[in-house]
Amino acid sequence: MEQIILFAPLVGAIIAGFGWRVIGDVGAQWVATGLLFLSAILSWIVFLGFDGTTQSIHILDWVRSGTLDTAWAIRLDRLTAIMLIVITTVSALVHLYSMGYMAHDENFADDESYRPRFFAYLSLFTFAMLMLVTADNLLQMFFGWEGVGLASYLLIGFYFRKPSANAAAIKAFVVNRVGDFGFALGIFALFFLVDSIKFDDVFAAAPELAETQLTFLWTEWNAANLIAFLLFVGAMGKSAQLILHTWLPDAMEGPTPVSALIHAATMVTAGVFLVCRMSPIMEFAPSALAFVTVLGAMTAFFAATVGLVQNDIKRVIAYSTCSQLGYMFVAAGVGAYSVAMFHLLTHAFFKAMLFLGAGSVIHGMHHEQDMRNYGGLRKKLPYTFWAMLIGTLAITGVGIPLTTIGFAGFLSKDAIIESAYAGTAGGFAFWALVIAALFTSFYSWRLMFLTFWGEPRGDKHTHEHAHESPMVMLAPLGVLAVGSVLAGMVWYNSFFGHTDQVAKFFGVPYAEEQHHGDDHAKDESHGDEHADDGHGEEKAAEGHGEKGKGEEHHYVFTGKPGEGAIYTSPENTVINDAHKVPKWVKASPFVAMVIGFLTAFWFYIINPSIPGRLAENQRPLYLFLLNKWYFDEIYDFLFVRPAKALGHLLWKRGDGNVIDGSINGVAMGIIPFFTRLAGRAQSGYIFTYAFAMVIGIAVLVTWMSLSGGAE
Amino acid sequence: MESNLLSIITFIPAIAALILGVFLRGEDETAQRNAKWVALIATSLTFLVSIFVLVGFDPNDTNFQFVEERQWLLGLQYKMGVDGISILFVMLTTFMMPITIAASWNVTHRVKEYMIAFLILETLMLGVFMALDLVLFYLFFEAGLIPMFLIIGIWGGKERIYASFKFFLYTFLGSVLMLVAMVAMFSEAGTTDIPTLMSHQFGSETFSLLGVQIVGGMQTLMFLAFFASFAVKMPMWPVHTWLPDAHVQAPTAGSVVLAAILLKMGGYGFLRFSLPMFPIGSEVMTPLVLWMSAIAIVYTSLVALAQEDMKKLIAYSSVAHMGYVTMGIFAANQQGIDGAIFQMLSHGFISGALFLCVGVIYDRMHTREIDAYGGLVNRMPAYALIFMLFTMANVGLPGTSGFIGEFLTLVGIFQVNTWVALVATSGVILSAAYALWLYRRVVMGDLIKESLKSITDMSKRERAIFAPLVVMTILLGVYPSLVTDIIGPSVEALISNYELALAEADAATKLAAATE
Repeated sequence: MEQIILFAPLVGAIIAGFGWRVIGDVGAQWVATGLLFLSAILSWIVFLGFDGTTQSIHILDWVRSGTLDTAWAIRLDRLTAIMLIVITTVSALVHLYSMGYMAHDENFADDESYRPRFFAYLSLFTFAMLMLVTADNLLQMFFGWEGVGLASYLLIGFYFRKPSANAAAIKAFVVNRVGDFGFALGIFALFFLVDSIKFDDVFAAAPELAETQLTFLWTEWNAANLIAFLLFVGAMGKSAQLILHTWLPDAMEGPTPVSALIHAATMVTAGVFLVCRMSPIMEFAPSALAFVTVLGAMTAFFAATVGLVQNDIKRVIAYSTCSQLGYMFVAAGVGAYSVAMFHLLTHAFFKAMLFLGAGSVIHGMHHEQDMRNYGGLRKKLPYTFWAMLIGTLAITGVGIPLTTIGFAGFLSKDAIIESAYAGTAGGFAFWALVIAALFTSFYSWRLMFLTFWGEPRGDKHTHEHAHESPMVMLAPLGVLAVGSVLAGMVWYNSFFGHTDQVAKFFGVPYAEEQHHGDDHAKDESHGDEHADDGHGEEKAAEGHGEKGKGEEHHYVFTGKPGEGAIYTSPENTVINDAHKVPKWVKASPFVAMVIGFLTAFWFYIINPSIPGRLAENQRPLYLFLLNKWYFDEIYDFLFVRPAKALGHLLWKRGDGNVIDGSINGVAMGIIPFFTRLAGRAQSGYIFTYAFAMVIGIAVLVTWMSLSGGAE
Repeated sequence: MESNLLSIITFIPAIAALILGVFLRGEDETAQRNAKWVALIATSLTFLVSIFVLVGFDPNDTNFQFVEERQWLLGLQYKMGVDGISILFVMLTTFMMPITIAASWNVTHRVKEYMIAFLILETLMLGVFMALDLVLFYLFFEAGLIPMFLIIGIWGGKERIYASFKFFLYTFLGSVLMLVAMVAMFSEAGTTDIPTLMSHQFGSETFSLLGVQIVGGMQTLMFLAFFASFAVKMPMWPVHTWLPDAHVQAPTAGSVVLAAILLKMGGYGFLRFSLPMFPIGSEVMTPLVLWMSAIAIVYTSLVALAQEDMKKLIAYSSVAHMGYVTMGIFAANQQGIDGAIFQMLSHGFISGALFLCVGVIYDRMHTREIDAYGGLVNRMPAYALIFMLFTMANVGLPGTSGFIGEFLTLVGIFQVNTWVALVATSGVILSAAYALWLYRRVVMGDLIKESLKSITDMSKRERAIFAPLVVMTILLGVYPSLVTDIIGPSVEALISNYELALAEADAATKLAAATE
């Protein structure tokens, strides 16, 4: 069944991409979409029926060289299962949605068949993403990693006639390659030290790595920290974290369904998945984790500030994505991997919905993307409006404070903020995230108010012809809306409940805390003993089933690295601590959300002249934010131009003057002599050469004859 | 077991060339067609026969197989054979040649001579990979360049004279030094038999020459002499500048052969001579080679970024990819050398295909200027797809054969020198930049240029030429064991001999130090 989930999208891509001439445009779309729905249904069956035991399915040998032995294989554990439903569900819905969205496109002539190509790319992407999450070794993961990069490149550049789309596509690929550079070095280092890049072997070796020093470049490093850092550089690229984030906003050049699938729900979360997948290494790499936390917090803050002033509806959501990914990394950075996955899951629903909703607006507004030209669309696009509203309520985190009732984002985001407080003792990351939550609320509501409230602005004709989208586009919004409302409440306990609930969900062995007495200690060892056969956690759970209901029972993770889907060291109690943070901490994101909402309400509904005046008064700050902190300009100045100039210099001066110059100098002495000897110019060289060779052999043969010949 | 299979493979093309030379008369269309068909049939036949060698080859036997040994003139011996290291180069050659001939179908100028040149070239290239005698190797190795000179000099572009001049100059200097070393080897070992030489221990005592201390002694000197020749053939930075000119001036098929097969002779030479025969010299010079490789990767990638001529860009890209090869070889571990051989084979398919890609549009527009193109995807979707595939393969996307070679060589080098690994790995960023930028400028965008408005997509013949290359690129990317299973045991033997030699030398030095 897992194989079908994995390969159905590939089959879909091949049929749509190459077979459309036979089965037609529409046939290609239905085949690709149908196969994706098949994948999605099977994924849910796998997810719901999954018992937490890690399974491994071998498909085919891959790279084998000496002790390096990798295979195409499927590793199925809870992390994979979560990613399976996220990827296939969103992808299936996006496929369906695209049938409507891509039905007409002004970038292509009427007789051009661009749709099969689009669906083929989408399905190809899905396949690569599934390869990434089902990998049982780092190399296959790298395959998926670069495969999604390829699909992303193809889809961003889908409108191949637009120079901006082509530039964005290349930028995305190259910036991701910078991340991959780190990822690859991490893989090399792991193989060097562990002699394997299979997850099982790598995880088992994690405690040892923490004790190992590795000489890398100029000095010695703690191996676990170095490897964790290098792998995280890969995650930074793919998940658009600060420094390597510049490609994501530009990636909005692609069609909107692409933004929803790749640049919101799935591909960009691959970095988070990587960090969670490598949790056994991360847990032994405190410095690297601290870096992850700080960078995640900075990204969350930075992207939120930029999101405040953008005018392109897709760019606002793109920066929002960037910011939310920062949240996930903070969770992972403080050691709350399950919480990071929780937000990844809920975010996939509401962010995909926001993007698809934005796509519906863009579709209805004839490809107008500037929010300054929207306004008052509530009545023209009623369903889209409701969908976007639910998405906004979810992302801003609306819910009832101090309870577990609320929209998906309320539960997962608050969980991250509480973990951040517990994990950093109320430090920088916590405050950055709270402020970012305020900004999130502001820009999300700003988007809503500018789009759906107020008077229609911009081209009158466009507004008159604004229309609601067809059913194939609205149905996916409905499904995602359900997820955006319920996902948080349904899975709260599994991701962020008590330790035993989380452990059970992720298939990690656990036991009661030791200081409760001798009999409990015995229970713990009981759990440990059976952990190896993969059922230990169940037995332990059974053993504790009745007692577990009592409040006084505290559990700790007792798995060894590699047991279960995530590893949390026994000292890591961040999830437990997060539940015990002060009440004001728990309420803080809610307060931030309300402030953000009220400000936006004041700015865009009550007194719409304020934003303009503010931008006027604070011009430098406004420009700084509008120009995205000038990252693109700085990079262009620091890297792009110097690389081109250096290339030119090395070519003309290095190759031309220095190398050829000196060679020609030598040549001018020798060659004329030989050419004179040989006569005609062109064949002269050939003759010279043949002549020299014959002389050479004559010398050799003579020498051999003189010294007795070869026996 | 005595078999003539290798000789048969080697000389089928030569016999075909002879037939063409003696029997084919005239320059009319029929004669031209006949010349093409004879060449195509001969090269295809060679490929078919070579499959028998591959099938009969036992990868687990690390000795030379299919060995043929005969006396020849003046007491020289004719000895051929293949092992795990050479057999796939033989296969690469026989595989690529029919494609090359098919790609030359539009040649109209002196077709007979053209085909003869390519057929002779094939014989000589095959000889290089099979020769087990020093003199025989030298003959094939050097003579192989003559047809290449002719191909560039007669069927080349406007500045073919300059290009062949440069080509000549570089290779000539290298060859002279190699010849001197060969003479020295013979005088010390008393034989020209390659397997014997491989087990011979050449002197490695440090001595001083003209006041310079030579660590590794004779071995280092011999290594350097061979290095001069192989480094030029690879080509390694900084002796690479002949390659872009040669590629630019050569006809498409010439570029394909040059990139796909001729460049591999240097790498093969390192594996056949340098490492096994001069292990101590190799070890002494390893840092130099590694840094030359790392510099090559970054330097030529940057230069590729600045190119305005498609062929030059791909030529510089080739130099960068060959940098991974030399780096892998001198990492001298299983992953490194497996990767180096893999990279050479894979580069054979990929760079060959890329030069064919240039050829497809050059045939239509007669220019290689990147700026002359743009928006080809509008009229040539099949071409765009194939060019994309090979661009990605060139960039080393996992799932294509280009990735495996890069990955293995980098894994290999990381175990030896992390600085070199870091610099070399940065090549993956630069290669993405120049390759995708090329693709964008040629294929993407709107079709604005008037001259391109009536350009046609690939013909059936052109698609058929690419098909085998597409299959190999993906097949080896998904299931590289097809290659590594064959080369693995021989590489393992090579490495263990190399390490044994180093350990012995080390022990000897310690003993000497102790007795003093």
